[in-house]
Amino acid sequence: MIPVAKEVGSLRAIAAGGIVSPTGNPELPPEKEKQFRRELVLRALQTLQQEV
Amino acid sequence: MSTKIRVVHYLNQFFAQIGGEDKGDVGPTVKAGVIGAGRALQQALGEDAEVVATIYCGDNFIAEQQDQAISELLRHIAEYKADLLIAGPAFESGRYGVACGAICHAAQQKLGIAAVAGMDEDNVGAGLYRRSIYIVNSGSTIARMVPTLQRMAALGLKLARREAIGKPADEGYLTRGVKRNEIAARPPAERAVDMLLAKLAGKEFHSEIAPPKFAGGKPAAPLRDLKSAVIALVTDGGLVVEGNPDKIEPGRPTRFTSIPIQNVDTLDADKFDAVHSGYDTASANQDPNRLVPLDTLRELAREGVIGAVHEFIRSTGGAHAAVENATQIGRQIADQLKAAGVSGVILTST
Repeated sequence: MIPVAKEVGSLRAIAAGGIVSPTGNPELPPEKEKQFRRELVLRALQTLQQEV
Repeated sequence: MSTKIRVVHYLNQFFAQIGGEDKGDVGPTVKAGVIGAGRALQQALGEDAEVVATIYCGDNFIAEQQDQAISELLRHIAEYKADLLIAGPAFESGRYGVACGAICHAAQQKLGIAAVAGMDEDNVGAGLYRRSIYIVNSGSTIARMVPTLQRMAALGLKLARREAIGKPADEGYLTRGVKRNEIAARPPAERAVDMLLAKLAGKEFHSEIAPPKFAGGKPAAPLRDLKSAVIALVTDGGLVVEGNPDKIEPGRPTRFTSIPIQNVDTLDADKFDAVHSGYDTASANQDPNRLVPLDTLRELAREGVIGAVHEFIRSTGGAHAAVENATQIGRQIADQLKAAGVSGVILTST
């Protein structure tokens, strides 16, 4: 989805957990999945603080 | 046709040779016959049509009092029993371009006559009127006056005679967003392979599908202080309150929903749903935090990593969104978030 985001002019985009669960991963055990989501959201917040 | 097609030409004060910006307040006026570039128009029209009158108005006057100006100009057009209105070309001039679009649109709607405007593709008037009238692309410089008038004349004559109008590229007008079925001589597979071969050989080819144009935005300044930032959550993955009370569409969206989350700590599966025709919503329905990470963002707010979570989640079902609708939805969401003092947005996309 990153190329699509860039194409339509989104300048801060990060790859997430996939099409059907961007901020999760049903394959992971619940605790690991929450950890994955936390890292992803922290990365998104970092991206918001970056110059583009 | 036994009688000549009667043509009225619209100009602004500059092209009507009244004056420059200092004459922008000149009101709607009519003169019999041609003025200035109207001679080239008459030549392009040839024997079958006659420029019976020229109407003009100052760019400022028509911009500031459009309704009054248009109704007076329409009256003049009707008095001269015009069959065809030719407006401009306005090239890059914004007010003139908008005036050309407005008068053509009004002449078509109210008088039922044929109308053609000319202006640059990037003229604001083109954006406003390209779908409702025929606009010949003049390019940006006045050097294109004569060829533009020739195209406008040719197209105008066809319209006045109610002849079939060809494709934008062939007739020289701006695309109007109209799709027309036609029977092709050869099947799509053959046409596609031909295009591919031409592309690989570096030859010219024309796609049958015009890719949409996206207006690139200016990037927002980086967030300076995360600890005091209000972060909003937005998604195009179709998150809704159970039962979809706002009835957002699962595909081809025209609207979005604002989900209140003031007292919501996490998105429970029995209170929220995902409606979206473009992906399998099973895992998002099982745990909607997989679609919109509210539980995590709340956690980060409690820990003081961010200032606060904005009190609504904005959501739309992004499958097969028309660019115009998506732009509209995006603008409305952005306006609401800005008005609410949101400092940053995490948008999850499926």
